[in-house]
Amino acid sequence: MQWLVRDNLVGEGVSGERVTIQGRVLDGDGAPVADAVVEIWQANAHGKYAHPEDTQNKPLEPGFTGYGRVGTNREGGFRFTTIKPGPVPGPDGKEQAPHLLVSLLMRGLLRRLVTRIYFSNEQRNARDYILNLVEPERRGTLIAQAVDGHPGLLEWNVHLQGEHETVFFDLGL
Amino acid sequence: MTQIAGYRAPFPGTQPPHLHPTYFSSIKRAPTKPQIRIPYTLSEVTGPTFKAEIVQPKAYDLTRQHRGEPIGERIIVSGRVLDENSRPVPNTLVEIWQANAAGRYHHEVDQHNAPLDPNFSGCGHTMTDSEGRYRFVTIRPGEYPWRNHYNAWRPKHIHFSLFGPAVATRLVTQMYFPGDSLLPFDPIFNCTADEKARNRLISVFDWENTIPDEALAYRFDLILRGREATPMEE
Repeated sequence: MQWLVRDNLVGEGVSGERVTIQGRVLDGDGAPVADAVVEIWQANAHGKYAHPEDTQNKPLEPGFTGYGRVGTNREGGFRFTTIKPGPVPGPDGKEQAPHLLVSLLMRGLLRRLVTRIYFSNEQRNARDYILNLVEPERRGTLIAQAVDGHPGLLEWNVHLQGEHETVFFDLGL
Repeated sequence: MTQIAGYRAPFPGTQPPHLHPTYFSSIKRAPTKPQIRIPYTLSEVTGPTFKAEIVQPKAYDLTRQHRGEPIGERIIVSGRVLDENSRPVPNTLVEIWQANAAGRYHHEVDQHNAPLDPNFSGCGHTMTDSEGRYRFVTIRPGEYPWRNHYNAWRPKHIHFSLFGPAVATRLVTQMYFPGDSLLPFDPIFNCTADEKARNRLISVFDWENTIPDEALAYRFDLILRGREATPMEE
């Protein structure tokens, strides 16, 4: 799966706020998962997906496909650079808060896990339809936090089990 | 308000559970809290699409990626990618990876005491044509031991990764070979409870696509989502 690794989603002429998201994937013992693949899917800064099902009247940007793939290293770490997406429509007819879709693949998981990354300091999170389906005390597992002293750097970790187990979504898979 | 058309849920037992204790690695990795069912939004019914230009021309033929030919028996693996309504899924990326003929992966973490083959890296990709067809030329992979339990061996298999039209259709699975004696003992193959669903992971011998004096052939069709969906196996 190495040939399709994309840890920088931002091509030439792409608009939007650049962010680097880094984190670790940890198992039930808190041990690093060194063989995970993290896949990203997201809209561009206008909130438009580069996909025929997205019929919104918003601009596409040729330098941005919205797809990323990174593997974890020995410490379970991963890192990718992208832009903060714009809001896309939600199931209640209101906009969703900016978010990235994440699929996780690894040894030991017969089915992929699906989750989302939201952004901290984002007022729209409070009204987000999907976030509101999650118990308030677990919502934090979906929110990437700014790293002090490093503008544009965000941290988001995946806990497969345990007290801080990340929220995973059921897409009826 | 726009209603998003989603995908049908699979029948119970036709997809593996996250936790399958006989597959040892799932014990510390499978989430323990229930997953939260969410409605389909634009985010899940869209997904990455790839231009034909990214496909490397030699990538479909795993026997011609190096200076010499790999050791092993050449085989053709081909089939169709269909959606839940049996319509072909055209122009979708198909990736495969596998062990070499001796049962060794070209990967640093594979320390199995079997020879590496300098002429075989075991990775390929291609894109389905307008009728959802794909075709690979490769060599028959070997079985290999793994540490799951005492004297554990994986049956011969090829890993498949497909995107389909949406994030909701992403599928990573494994293809097996007909008549493999190890299948009844493999915890990964047997994690899908429904026998019919499980057997969809076994390719069929494909007489029509054999090439005389050159290669035998296997057919493996993949169905993304729905009643006849291919079970996942990462």
